[in-house]
Amino acid sequence: MATTRKPEAGLPAQAGPDHIAGAQAEWEARDVREAAERAPERSPQFETLSGLPVKRLYGPADTAGLEYLDALGFPGRYPYTRGPYPTMYRSRPWTMRQIAGYGTGRDTNARLKYLIAQGQTGISVDFDMPTLMGYDSDDPRARGEVGREGVAVDTIEDLADILDGIDIGAISVSMTINPTAWVLFSMYVALAERRGVPPGSLSGTVQADILKEYIAQKEWIYPIPAGMRIVRDLIVHSVAHLARYNPINISGYHIREAGATAVQEAAFTLANGIAYVEEVRRTGLEVDAFAPRLAFYFIAERDFFEEIAKFRAARRVWAKIMRDRFGARRPESMRLRFHCQTAGSSLTAREPINNIARTSLQALSAVLGGAQSLHANGMDEALAIPSELAMKVALRTQQIILDETRVASTIDPLGGGYFVEALTDRVEAEIWAYLRRIDDLGGAVAAAEQNFFQTEIADTAYRYHQQKERGELTVVGVNKYVDPSGGDVPIALHEIDPGVEAEQGARLARVKRERDAREVARRLAALAETARGDGNLIPPTIEAVRAHATLGEIVQALRDVFGTYVERPVF
Amino acid sequence: MTRVLMAKVGLDGHDRGVKVVARALRDAGFEVVYTGLHRTPEEVAVAAVQEDVDVIGVSILSGAHMALVPPLLDELRANDAADIKVLVGGVIPEADRAKLRELGAAAVFDQDATTDAIVEWIRGNAGRGGR
Repeated sequence: MATTRKPEAGLPAQAGPDHIAGAQAEWEARDVREAAERAPERSPQFETLSGLPVKRLYGPADTAGLEYLDALGFPGRYPYTRGPYPTMYRSRPWTMRQIAGYGTGRDTNARLKYLIAQGQTGISVDFDMPTLMGYDSDDPRARGEVGREGVAVDTIEDLADILDGIDIGAISVSMTINPTAWVLFSMYVALAERRGVPPGSLSGTVQADILKEYIAQKEWIYPIPAGMRIVRDLIVHSVAHLARYNPINISGYHIREAGATAVQEAAFTLANGIAYVEEVRRTGLEVDAFAPRLAFYFIAERDFFEEIAKFRAARRVWAKIMRDRFGARRPESMRLRFHCQTAGSSLTAREPINNIARTSLQALSAVLGGAQSLHANGMDEALAIPSELAMKVALRTQQIILDETRVASTIDPLGGGYFVEALTDRVEAEIWAYLRRIDDLGGAVAAAEQNFFQTEIADTAYRYHQQKERGELTVVGVNKYVDPSGGDVPIALHEIDPGVEAEQGARLARVKRERDAREVARRLAALAETARGDGNLIPPTIEAVRAHATLGEIVQALRDVFGTYVERPVF
Repeated sequence: MTRVLMAKVGLDGHDRGVKVVARALRDAGFEVVYTGLHRTPEEVAVAAVQEDVDVIGVSILSGAHMALVPPLLDELRANDAADIKVLVGGVIPEADRAKLRELGAAAVFDQDATTDAIVEWIRGNAGRGGR
């Protein structure tokens, strides 16, 4: 990073560090002082959203300690600070992956086809709460929630509807699902087999990051050790049979949305990553056999430069963890790849059209930070699940960033910038400090059991809330620049079809009528038997979904073996 | 002292708001009990009666409020506890706010509402003697 040059004979030492420091002191004493007297600075100090100090100006002294090859290197080379691939977006733009999911499989299929027709390059499916939590659509607990926040899936036939007419051998399919991820994964594999698509050609992902559920998103079923075992089985099965598939997305998004800072998001996510690597290694699998298939998922929040620094620091920390802590040798094990989504909780219900501007800037930070795929939020997501128009605008936002702004013409365009490099370094140091604390607590699983993450997140959430309430954390149109007329531009929201619950219930009843009930019972018993031992849960689950066992039945079979998780909430 | 039960009903796991409000109410001097996640309306009504609360703050961000709040109000009436004020918070579309109030919810606060406003509302409408 040294940008200084040796003074050449006959020329004054214009760019020496001492010369620069002296010039800066003189500039501060005169220019800055005079300017600040005329127009005082807006605040005695500035800081990032995480609370890290931000100086008036950054210069060569702030990056003087960085050794270029050690700290930055080249894209696709250790420590991957500048990006996971050598050519990045110049060869392959990020995947534009707008999420879709509502109503029945057919409703969602129509939305997916619409997005593909508009130029979307990947598929992402959101499921309703009962599917996420392991209840069938006819369960009393599903009341009022069927097909509401996502699409309802009870049996393999629902997934077949969602992906009807979509070539799953060619397009990658991401499924946002966690405690029941192994069931959806099994349905996906069984569906591919039915369509004659070899498992080795399947690409895509299930989120399957159970640790962040216990600490942030709060979709859980089983106690933590059982949850970890399911993730382990998923990873082990996937790396053996689906060479191109990412069996997990280790997610910071929900940690951040629950209230964490950027530093906490990155640190807690990487700590969870360490826990998964340790869990899978205990099966005897070598780290290089599965680490290349681990993928990550971060948020793009409102502090533009801190987010970019976070993405770059996370790549550098993960590379060091994999090389130095786990002894990985393959480059693919060390390079962190991530999906990104703009920040849902940054969106406002008031003046919702402003959310397009928020989302655009957040999406830009994801691209400048080197994301591999991106979902930009719809302008209406503080009010409802997104309308078709809101999703189109969000997709167009991504396309404008790629095809109009030219920011993707060169790799890591902010690399070498005094501020961005200094901030990347600082965020990295803060991440390491958290990782040491988590190690001291016994690792991420132990820390989650001790409510460490939950307490940290609740404290930060409350601090942000107080800052927002005092007006220190500005939300335009809500706590500053509030429209005195109170007027608002109305936007058309997605309408929930009240008939979905009955329609889905009838569909489920028909599948149950037509299936071989004895075969289902046999398959569920075999699955429970595997669960009581230590065998891999995926093969018997694939057998069960093939026989049309429902998601709720499969989840219940393991609930009988594993029990359920009970939270001790902190606030 | 005014007693408040903060509650999450249904499968919705968004608990950032409910915990922030719970803490703000505690800081404001109320006695606060939090149910934790994934409760049924019936469980919340029973807990409210057992805890002898003046106010229930129920948080729903899943959109299932029209399916979950009416049973809670019914259960309270069935338990002779219709005097407990039910505040609804979360992602609640404008049209549903009026409907919820007609059904018996005392007030509805959206996600941009301040906790100061919630504190003021409780002090003005549900306070017990002494505060």
